Amino acid sequence: MSDLLLPPEHRYAKIIEQSRNEDGSEFSILNLGPTHPATHGIFQNILLMDGERILDAEPTVGYIHRAFEKIAENRPFYQINVLTDRMNYCSSPINNMAWWMTVEKLLNIEVPKRAQYLRVIVMELARITDHLICNSILGVDTGAYTGFLYVFQFREKVYEIYEEICGARLTTNMGRIGGFERDWSPKAFELLNTFLEEFPVAWKEFENLFERNRIFIDRTVNVGPITAEKAMQYGLTGPNLRAAGIDYDVRVAQPYSSYEDFEFTVPVGKSGDTYDRFCVRNAEVWESLSIIRQALAKLPEGPIHADVPDYYLPPKEDVYTNMEALIYHFKIVMGEVPVPVDEIYHAVEGGNGELGFYLITDGSRTPYRLKFRRPCYIYYQAYTEMIKGGMLSDAIVILSSLNVIAGELDA
Amino acid sequence: MALETAYIQENLSKKFGNNVLNFEMKRDIFSFEATSETIHEVIQTLKEDESLNFHFLTDLTGIHFPDNDDDHQFAVVYQLHNWIENVRIRVKTYLPDPAEVATITDLFLCANWMEREAWDFFGINFKGHPQLKRILNMDEMVSFPMRKEFPLEDSGRTDKDDRFFGRTPVKSQMDNSTL
Repeated sequence: MSDLLLPPEHRYAKIIEQSRNEDGSEFSILNLGPTHPATHGIFQNILLMDGERILDAEPTVGYIHRAFEKIAENRPFYQINVLTDRMNYCSSPINNMAWWMTVEKLLNIEVPKRAQYLRVIVMELARITDHLICNSILGVDTGAYTGFLYVFQFREKVYEIYEEICGARLTTNMGRIGGFERDWSPKAFELLNTFLEEFPVAWKEFENLFERNRIFIDRTVNVGPITAEKAMQYGLTGPNLRAAGIDYDVRVAQPYSSYEDFEFTVPVGKSGDTYDRFCVRNAEVWESLSIIRQALAKLPEGPIHADVPDYYLPPKEDVYTNMEALIYHFKIVMGEVPVPVDEIYHAVEGGNGELGFYLITDGSRTPYRLKFRRPCYIYYQAYTEMIKGGMLSDAIVILSSLNVIAGELDA
Repeated sequence: MALETAYIQENLSKKFGNNVLNFEMKRDIFSFEATSETIHEVIQTLKEDESLNFHFLTDLTGIHFPDNDDDHQFAVVYQLHNWIENVRIRVKTYLPDPAEVATITDLFLCANWMEREAWDFFGINFKGHPQLKRILNMDEMVSFPMRKEFPLEDSGRTDKDDRFFGRTPVKSQMDNSTL
């Protein structure tokens, strides 16, 4: 009896005790995680197994919970931004921009078109890296390491673009209330153009490597399917929902940051299985590339931030040379800027679903309550149902295809 | 025809009378309150009434208002979304301390973890929840950390006292200040 792992009163322990077979065989318990290489993050699943078949699962989360919402209640707006990019570190700029847009909505700030377009570019780059990691890791979990190594270099290239824009690579902390700190340098555009030339070739090869690969198809088709109705019930959003056949995309439903100016389609799947999720992400990467090209082609000239000195943190060179800028700098850093009493919800299409910020302010320098609607946290509940009845090896690929980011799951 | 806020208000008021109140447009989201006795039915109506069709639970969370009167100490906020008409709605229910409200896990499967999170952080009891236990914090914990009475840092610390940095303390800290 597997009482080494669970206390005897645990429901699995009871099930094992009651279902001892005549031939002496019994169900067993397997801990998938918390630090299993295939979980890609720290969360645990206690699996009830009949041989290699999964009968039930009990997920345990919270291993890296950092109380971001409580911390946010004690910080002014600028200091909250560094919390957001640590949630989904695969696509940090999307989280950054989502937070700035929430604050701008609260303060009624109109962002100039150029800044909006630049935001779109950086958000789509982030989406590409997010999908790139998810799909290449799914390849690794099915035994194909090559694809991962091949496309992973392009994540580094995107990081070089981030570095050129804001100085950071992973936890970007990009932007300001009202736009960007400074305009992008010519080198940033140069790197972006090189990326747009080189990456599609590699991505096409990556697709070819997997989409008609017999082993990959055997491992993913009809594995972990979820119906459209169940997906809605479980709160799935993003590519996981679209793979089930529902074309809900926040960029289309409630456009933000000028997404209405760009033409793109929302790829949808049919069966909601692991293969569909993979294909939807692949297709979304092409759409993202198309959006970036359109944004670059139509990029307007003009200011890169709104004229809101009360909220826009001045550039450092101004702070050192201009008295006004120094005063605003201190007022903003100390959180002594006027904040209206209000209640808003703002959502963006994150790398893996609807990322929402529900913000309540009471006029003080910090939020009264800030709730992060973290897509991973909400849809990870569906994982138990998706792996029930499948093999252990299926549980691994389903987890990969869901793209659960531990930092976002726990926040 | 798009789903009008007046229609939502009329429909719900007709069915629930004074149990739904304070309808207002808060920025881009139509918001209102429902009493804790009727909140389950209200959300069921919002979901199942074909003319309303709020079939997606975007978010559920708790809020603590220690400054409010005894009957309004906690709020549970439900954010619903009708994808067909693309309309969002926000429903709140206020609760006394100890807070207790009916679960909506029978209506939305995703409410399960959201309610567990609200229990974990605020101690709001969701009656009928299948597995109401802590989810992000450890099981042995006794406090509900998102309540305002629990400071972020040790209250004995003086090196981070806001007064020494020329900052105005947060309103909730001023009220409970022991300084």
